[in-house]
Amino acid sequence: MNPAVPFRSILFEHPDDEVQREDPSMFRDLNLDQVFAAVASGRDEYDLTPFFAAPLRDVRAVEYRHRVQQDLADDALSKAVAEFTLAMREMRENLGLAGRLRERYQKERWFLDAARIYGQAVTALAEALTAIEPGSHGFTAFRRYLTDYTQSETFTGLTADVARVTSALDEVRYCVLIKGNRVRVTRYEGEADYSAEVQHTFAKFAERTVKDYRVGFRGRAEMDHVEARILDLVARLYPEVFQSLDEFCAGHAAYLDETIRVFDREVQFYVAYRDFTAPMRAAGLEFCYPVMSADAKEVSVRGAFDLALAAKLMPKAGAMVRNDFHLTGSERIFVVTGPNSGGKTTFARMFGQLHYLASLGYPVPAGEAGLFLPDRVFTHFEREEDLATLRGKFEDELVRIKGVLDEATGDSVLVMNESFASTTLRDALFVGERVLDRMTALGLLGVYVTFVDELASRNAACVSVVATVAPDNPAERTLKIVRKPADGLAYAAAIAGKYRLTYRQLKERLT
Amino acid sequence: MKAFLMYPDRDFDLEQDLPPNEADLSSDLELGTLLRAMASGDKFLLDVARHGLQSGLTSPTEIVYRQHVLADCVAEPGAVRDLYDVAVAAITGERHLFGWTMRDSPDSILYRARQAMQLYLDMFRRLRGIADAQAAGFRSEGFTRFFAMLTEELADEYLAEIDAQIGELEFRRGTLISARLGPGAKGTSYVLRRHPEQSWRDRIPGLNRPGYTFYVPERDEGGMRALSDLTSRGVNSTSSALAQSADHVRSFFEMLRAELGFYLSCLNLRDRLTAEGGPVCFPDPDTPVPVGAGHARLSARGLYDASLALSLEDGRAVGNDLDADGRQLIMITGANQGGKSTFLRSVGQAYLMMQAGMFVPASSFAASVSTGVFTHFKREEDVTMEMGKLDEELDRMSVIVGQITPGCLLLCNESFASTNEREGSEIARQVIRALTEAGIRIIFVTHLYDLAERCFAQHDPATLFLRAERQPGGRRTFRLPAGEPLPTSYGQDLYQQVFGAADQAQTARV
Repeated sequence: MNPAVPFRSILFEHPDDEVQREDPSMFRDLNLDQVFAAVASGRDEYDLTPFFAAPLRDVRAVEYRHRVQQDLADDALSKAVAEFTLAMREMRENLGLAGRLRERYQKERWFLDAARIYGQAVTALAEALTAIEPGSHGFTAFRRYLTDYTQSETFTGLTADVARVTSALDEVRYCVLIKGNRVRVTRYEGEADYSAEVQHTFAKFAERTVKDYRVGFRGRAEMDHVEARILDLVARLYPEVFQSLDEFCAGHAAYLDETIRVFDREVQFYVAYRDFTAPMRAAGLEFCYPVMSADAKEVSVRGAFDLALAAKLMPKAGAMVRNDFHLTGSERIFVVTGPNSGGKTTFARMFGQLHYLASLGYPVPAGEAGLFLPDRVFTHFEREEDLATLRGKFEDELVRIKGVLDEATGDSVLVMNESFASTTLRDALFVGERVLDRMTALGLLGVYVTFVDELASRNAACVSVVATVAPDNPAERTLKIVRKPADGLAYAAAIAGKYRLTYRQLKERLT
Repeated sequence: MKAFLMYPDRDFDLEQDLPPNEADLSSDLELGTLLRAMASGDKFLLDVARHGLQSGLTSPTEIVYRQHVLADCVAEPGAVRDLYDVAVAAITGERHLFGWTMRDSPDSILYRARQAMQLYLDMFRRLRGIADAQAAGFRSEGFTRFFAMLTEELADEYLAEIDAQIGELEFRRGTLISARLGPGAKGTSYVLRRHPEQSWRDRIPGLNRPGYTFYVPERDEGGMRALSDLTSRGVNSTSSALAQSADHVRSFFEMLRAELGFYLSCLNLRDRLTAEGGPVCFPDPDTPVPVGAGHARLSARGLYDASLALSLEDGRAVGNDLDADGRQLIMITGANQGGKSTFLRSVGQAYLMMQAGMFVPASSFAASVSTGVFTHFKREEDVTMEMGKLDEELDRMSVIVGQITPGCLLLCNESFASTNEREGSEIARQVIRALTEAGIRIIFVTHLYDLAERCFAQHDPATLFLRAERQPGGRRTFRLPAGEPLPTSYGQDLYQQVFGAADQAQTARV
């Protein structure tokens, strides 16, 4: 990368990368809607949703994001960015107040604070980036931009003025004496604190903490006219201080830099995902940057799990069973069979999630992954009957799968879950065979979850995998999916063993 | 300030969680009847008794500390009730004070806290009165220290200081509040200040310190509200400090009520049991025995089920003698309705009462303290219908295993009887072996002959076998002498008793 290229965006290295828009209907089938909602939660102001619907089609663009996130994995850098965004949020709140309030000194005081926060945030971020030496194209370019900006006269003038005016205001102290309707405002001259004396008298009874009886006053930003009157009198007690505040606001009306504003939004795409996955990583779940390929349709994954399920199971997700799987040579499609609640749907979702998350440039929920970068991810899940279409469920499913197969290419990923379950076994077998043949002919990658065992060995592109249950507790879902021919095993367990009450188990439990 | 009547070094905490198996203990050992006798119709005492009974003291020193305090209460019941009445008066009086409104303002909080303090001041004076007059009649370490504490901490000068402070908090010279400029230049850090002493300069216009004065017109309602809001902010932390102090004092009275209440509830129970002619005695607690040392004590004379005695018409429950020093496992077999469950309950109750510092229902009782009492009793049916009967039993046992520790006592009543004898016996054997090896003492009532018989054949000196008695002719004595297991539990007898002689005659004719 040519170091002279100016910084553009922390998300898109080239304008061309930002073109595709994914139809978010498949998000729901893969539970990615839950994932993205959780990732974006508390970050409405950044409007991250459009980014989730913009998968990348270029391995280079994916790698640009990988490198940026590898930089962000550094504690010092991620802390610096977190502090920066927090400060920018606070700054926006202050500007909002400055715009909304009516009293002159109040507006000015909030504006001064916004400028102070901005100055500190930008300085801190520039210093942190200088100390850290990030390796990604994204962050090195951004660092260069920040260094130039913080050395500019505009910026240094702003921070000096902020410091001078703020410290003068902080030193103001005054007293109000209220008796009846008479109010007298004076400077404060060191009178003693009353509540300390009360506490002293009754100290011997203070054995444990009790309720705090201080009334929480509504933190209204507005002033009533008595407060405003008092503030005016305080301004008369300290005239020079308030004049310098007037001058500051007149001189620095447009201090906010546009490139910095955009960075603050876009970096949230990474930070939000990192924050979302952090507790899972702490619980022992692994995430990795997948090795992406634009041509070889090979899949090789170790220790993968369903991200939406993991989020739901937190804080106990560390015990989740993870799955390994691979497709090599002419293998293209996993046909999943096995007992109910054995994790078939979870496996299917996971397969789709891995590919879609990879195309966003995110680390994927797996220990290791080699993935093909698809052009689209399609899903075909069982739906509630839609009265508006006036079609039966089976017919509706056929219409939908035809639409998918017409749009899909050999570079697509297709995830089918319990399709055609609303008809007879014979029909399901017949349609399933035809659909699998069409999928194979396209050459796309996919998962086909079904209760029809016969489909598992349809052709050479199909790989039969089976959901299993824990042998020592049939009630517990293991969610483990293994390569083997379709069968229909059930399991039982010794009853005392189930309650961990055998001699051997008890000896273990009681030590 | 602490009462220290329940523990030599800490408070009696009614907020503390009861043992997780408290519900099981309560139903299996019929503690409800016992507690109702202790409460004597008082809901508060019921709660106190319930927590007190579950104290689970494991230090003989702490147990004896309570026994001595309780002995003082038996000797001086009148003075103890007077003290209790003061604590109750303080708490109920405070509850009836006027002033808690939906929207509490610092002004109303301050007003109410001042009233509460006035009330407490009166109660302090009453406590001092009792201490001055009655302290001489008490001997226990607990009460001696308690009265000395009252005399010292509630000295006359201190009571006068409280009186003065309550008066000063009326603010006759106006409210003086300091502040600085907070976010958005709004006033913040409001602190109520004591007025400086007025000097001659302050009285002469133009000479006092610089300042500006304005008046809020009386008809300006918003302005007057803003002013009272400002005053509120100023008074806030001081009114909170006073209200908190009042809370602290109330906590003292609450603690006093709870600790004295426990002893009062013991007196209630003692009156009931002795009125029925049942003996009670202070037990002799021994230190717990380490795992493997194997010499835990347990012996009793005339031990009876207090709950049964309280519910019987004539009040006299059959007492049992027990000599089980050094026995890790006590296996009880024998006649149906021969008093086995009753005996199990009497042992469980006696342990709980001993380890609460109470007397026990027996003429003598000596035992190593346990680190916890657990019960696994046969249940009628699982009301939730979620599990089979054996599943339910095993699940409960598994929960117990998760909580039990070495030095605990486990009382089993017909455990694992919900499956066939062979399976039930095998499960029981494994459980008993593992638990006794882990230093848990078990008393096991069973009809599983396979279990009892094979256990007996081992001739382990740490196992004691008791058998419910059956006189020739089928009459039961409800006593449990030592005896080896027999292959029948006399179900026939019970059958005949229920279905009567006619049925028996018929059988004879056939």
